[in-house]
Amino acid sequence: MPIITRGFRGHRSGDDERLPPGQYLTHDFPVLSTGPTPLIPPEEWSFTVTTETGVRHEWSWTDLMTLPAEEVTVDLHCVTRWSKLDTAWRGVSLDVLLEDVETVADYALVHSHGGYTTNLPLEDLLDGQAWVAFEYDGDALTSEHGGPARLLVPHLYLWKSAKWVRGIDLLLEDDPGFWEQLGYHEYGDPWREQRYQGD
Amino acid sequence: MVRSAWRPAALVDRRPETATATTLVLQAQDWPGHLPGQHVDVRLTAEDGYQASRSYSIAAPTDGDRIEVTVQRLENGEVSPFLADDLAVDDEVELRGPLGGWFVWRPEQREPVLLVAGGSGIVPLMSMIRVRAGTSRAPFRLIYSVRSPADRIYAAELRRRSAEDGGLDVAWVHTRVAPENDPRPPGRLTPDDLAAHGWPPDFEPTVYVCGPTGFVESVAAMLLATGHDATRIRTERFGGA
Repeated sequence: MPIITRGFRGHRSGDDERLPPGQYLTHDFPVLSTGPTPLIPPEEWSFTVTTETGVRHEWSWTDLMTLPAEEVTVDLHCVTRWSKLDTAWRGVSLDVLLEDVETVADYALVHSHGGYTTNLPLEDLLDGQAWVAFEYDGDALTSEHGGPARLLVPHLYLWKSAKWVRGIDLLLEDDPGFWEQLGYHEYGDPWREQRYQGD
Repeated sequence: MVRSAWRPAALVDRRPETATATTLVLQAQDWPGHLPGQHVDVRLTAEDGYQASRSYSIAAPTDGDRIEVTVQRLENGEVSPFLADDLAVDDEVELRGPLGGWFVWRPEQREPVLLVAGGSGIVPLMSMIRVRAGTSRAPFRLIYSVRSPADRIYAAELRRRSAEDGGLDVAWVHTRVAPENDPRPPGRLTPDDLAAHGWPPDFEPTVYVCGPTGFVESVAAMLLATGHDATRIRTERFGGA
């Protein structure tokens, strides 16, 4: 039984059924990063998928722009407890990027400019669940929010949606990323409130 | 690494720091200890079971089962006004932590340290300063940006510590209102402030920057522009609600 805090009532919003447990609604778009924001000109940006056998598939910014993009509206849930509903993005589905990639890997380790990493099961990147996103709310994605392009995996806590994404390694065995090595949950499902190891 | 249980914790003391910031001293059950820079989740449960949780930086070194947090009261906030104004001694909340393993300073670190705080971003940096005082001779410099002198959190303690300890320098940046005798006119932190009160990049300091998003973005960009290596700059931003 949780402890009751005497006199606490709280604010209650009308969108509670869309909020995972322990989250609160924000209308801002807070920024959380572990270091300085890397400034990457699109012409220097590239995205590389490396398979478990070492085969590399690389896309330049120009290549990315020629691929079919989707517009998606999704809810974001950050492990620091804010959620933002109905955010509008444009990006290329990982289904498109991985279509011609031959792999039997079960895991993915995502790399960013600046050295950040995060891991997740490969199946969480497929079937319309993940994008390399480059527009937010109709505008080019700003660098502080991960531009020129970031991963978007909205069904997991937002630390999995790596900003400044530069590549994905496909792996036969799971390899924990940056926060996953610092006590945060391996998988990070907000609806099961998987914030920290052991949740 | 992180034990998942929520622990009951009772308020044992509260101290006003500024008109809008209050330090709460909580007594938890079986607190495992923490590193300076780490934070804690605080959960409040209403009588009908409704819950709200927020993260707060820990302000002071490990002291048995006592944990100090400094809460900045946010207008229209759900949790911070309650903690800052209403939570009374002996009232109970729940805590989870310590959390966060990146924005931390360890006393084994020998290199110079530059701390850059904006507003209530001072809290985790104060924890580093307080831990260092008993455990390390690593030279620390703090640059603390506030709107006006009345917004300085921990002002008297910072003045005392820097006067007593040659290894700790404190510089203030006032953005709106400066003290009368301050030769620096009010204004946002500039590269000149960082050059005057920070460390040169070739000293290879570790830099911790904490504050609102815009402040952190701007300071981190200045540090990079003056030659500090991105891998030695650690940031913690708070934004939004």
